[in-house]
Amino acid sequence: MSDNVILEVNNLKKYFKTRSGMLHAVDDVSFTIERGKTLGIVGESGCGKTTTGRSILRLVEPTSGTVIFDGTDITKLSKRELRKKRQEMQLIFQDPFSSLNPKRTVCQTIEEVLKLTGEYKNSDERFHRVLEIMEMVGLDERLINAYPHEMDGGRRQRLGIGRALAMKPKFIVCDEPVSALDVSIQAQILNMLRSLQNELGLTYIFITHDLSVVNYISDDIAVMYLGRLIEKASTEELFRNPLHPYTKALLSALPVPSLHNRQKRILIKGEISSPIDPKPVCRFAARCDHCTEACLKGEPPLVEVSPNHFVSCFMVQPEQG
Amino acid sequence: MEEITNTNNALLEIEDLHIHFVSKVETVKAINGLNLVVHKGKTLGLVGETGAGKTTTALAILNMIAKPQGRIVAGRITLDGEDIFSKTEDQMEGIRGNTVSMIFQDPMTSLNPVMTVGDQIAEVLQIHKKLSKAAAAKEAQKMLETVGIPGARSVEYPHQFSGGMKQRVLIALGLACTPKLLIADEPTTALDVTIQAQVLELMKDLKDQMNMSMLMITHDLGIVAEVCDEVAVMYAGAIVESGTLEDIFDRKRHPYTEGLFNSLPDVNNRTQSLKPIGGQMPNPADLPQGCSFHPRCEYAMPKCSQEEPPMHRFSETHCAKCWLYENTDQCMLASQDYVPSQGVSE
Repeated sequence: MSDNVILEVNNLKKYFKTRSGMLHAVDDVSFTIERGKTLGIVGESGCGKTTTGRSILRLVEPTSGTVIFDGTDITKLSKRELRKKRQEMQLIFQDPFSSLNPKRTVCQTIEEVLKLTGEYKNSDERFHRVLEIMEMVGLDERLINAYPHEMDGGRRQRLGIGRALAMKPKFIVCDEPVSALDVSIQAQILNMLRSLQNELGLTYIFITHDLSVVNYISDDIAVMYLGRLIEKASTEELFRNPLHPYTKALLSALPVPSLHNRQKRILIKGEISSPIDPKPVCRFAARCDHCTEACLKGEPPLVEVSPNHFVSCFMVQPEQG
Repeated sequence: MEEITNTNNALLEIEDLHIHFVSKVETVKAINGLNLVVHKGKTLGLVGETGAGKTTTALAILNMIAKPQGRIVAGRITLDGEDIFSKTEDQMEGIRGNTVSMIFQDPMTSLNPVMTVGDQIAEVLQIHKKLSKAAAAKEAQKMLETVGIPGARSVEYPHQFSGGMKQRVLIALGLACTPKLLIADEPTTALDVTIQAQVLELMKDLKDQMNMSMLMITHDLGIVAEVCDEVAVMYAGAIVESGTLEDIFDRKRHPYTEGLFNSLPDVNNRTQSLKPIGGQMPNPADLPQGCSFHPRCEYAMPKCSQEEPPMHRFSETHCAKCWLYENTDQCMLASQDYVPSQGVSE
C-alpha cells in the first residue's frame, strides 16, 4: 500500500437482520482512495451507497471487512480510540433541514464541536475560530446568532459543512450534500467544496445519485448496484468507456440539458430486485440484455480490465497485453 | 399592444395573473403578472427554482388556491374556452379530472394508503364518467396495463408498490378520464434516473396516444430537453423568458436563463468551473423594486432597479423580459448562440 493511499476498504460487508431474511446492504466492497482525491459513489436508492459511507465511519458497525484509514484499522479500534480518530473523519448530511439542532444558533453549533477538540483555551479563541470557519464556508458574520430556521437550504448546508470542518478533518464523507438544493445554490456549494479541498487538502467520498454532479466533483467513480461494487474507474474513463451494462444504462438515462449530440437511450427493464438473501448470481442479470448462462451460475468477480478500471461482469474480458 | 387572439390552438391561456397570500404580518406576492399559453397537443415546460411560484400556478389552473389567505388579485385563466375563475365549486368538480388533471410530485404521499390502487382509479371513473362499479373496476385494470402494471395488481395497496410503480399509478389516475390537459408537477423528482427514464418515455407515449396537452413543471432542464416542445422560465412569480426548445436552449436571451444553464455541470466538459447565480431568490413578501432579478443580475443597469422591464418579443415564439433589449434584438449575454458545427449534414 503506497503512502499516498489515505483510505483502504477491504471486503466490507454490512448485513441487516430483517424478519424476512438477511438484507445484504453492502456486500464485499473493496476500494482505495488517494490523499486529496475525491471518490464518487453512485447508484440508485437502495444500492448501499449510504451504508457504505456510514460503515467506513463506523456509524453502523460493519458485519465484516477492514477499513484502514491513515494506517489504522478503524474496525479494530475501541470506542475511545475511535472517538479520537473520528475527529479526522467527518460527515456532511443530505438534508440540511433535519441534520442541524433547531435550538442552536450558528455560533453554538460550531462552538460545540470546537469544545470537543479541547484545542481552544478560552471562549475568545473559540469565538475567533467560529468566525474563521464561517468565513471559510461563506456565511455572513451577521448570521452568527441566527437559528437554522432563519436560514435557507443553501446557508444551512454551509453551516453543516462548517460544523464538519471545525474538527479539522482530513477526510469527509459527503452524503448527497446538494440533492436538496436548487441548481443555482447547488453550484455555489459544489464550487465551495472543490476550493476547500484544494486549500485544506481534504479527501472526499462523495455519495450521490446525480451523475452530472459526480462527474464534476470526482476524480474516481465507483458504481454500486444492490450492495455490490460493479465498476470503478477514473471519471474520464468511466464516462468515455463504461463497460458494465448497468453503468451504460445509467449514463444514458441521464437527461442532458442540451438539444445537440444527443445519444440514444438504453432503457433497462424492470426495477432493482430485493436485497434480502440475494441468490449467488449476477445481481443485475434479471434486468440485463446481455445475460447469459454464466451470469446465472455465479457472481462475477471485480476484475481490473485495464489499469485502474475495474468491472464485475462476465461479458467483459480484460484487455490483452 | 398585441391583440390577444384566442386562436383555436391555445388550450390554456393565463393572462396577467396576480396571486397574493395575505396574513396578519405580511402579504406574500406569489404570482406577479403571469402570462402563459399551452397549445393543443403540445408540452410546455415550466422551469424555475423553489419558490418561483410554479406549483401555485398549477393550483390556480385547478382553481384550488387556498382561501381565504390566497387571493386572486387580478388576471384570467381560460381553459378550453372556459373562464376558470367564474365557475362555481360544483362546476369546477366537473372540470377537474375531465378537462384537466394533475400528477403530484411525491408518489409516496399522494395515494390513499388504505385503498387498493384499483379502487382508487375506479373511484375516479365512477364519479367523473358515471361508470358502474364493475365497469369502473375493469377500466381501472386496463388503465394500469396502459402504464405498464399488470392488471392483476389492481387489488394491491400502495405500500406494495415501489416508488416508480406508485408514480405510474398516479399517472394512470391522472389519465383515467382522458383529460385535455395534464399538469405534471415534478413527476420524476422522487425517482431514480433509470426509473425516471422509463416514466418519462411512458408519459411521452401516452401524451401522443391521447393527443393531450401537458404542462410539465420541473427544475430540471435535462427533462425539459427530453419531453417538452416549449419552455417558460419563471422567476419570482412571473415568466422572464419563453420560447420553443430551440429558442431557450440555443438562443437564450435572459440573464436568469443563462444563469440556470451555467449552474449545471456539463457532462462533456468537467474541467469548466460552474458559474452559479449569486445570492438567493428574493423574499416574495418583500420583492425588490423594478426587475425582481436585478439584485442577482450581473448585467444590471441603473434602470433595472427602478422600472419593471417590458416583455420584449424576438420572434413569434420567443420573448424575454429584460431591459437589455430595450433598443436591440441582438444577444447581450456572455454565452453565445448555438452554431451548428461544420460537416453537419442537412
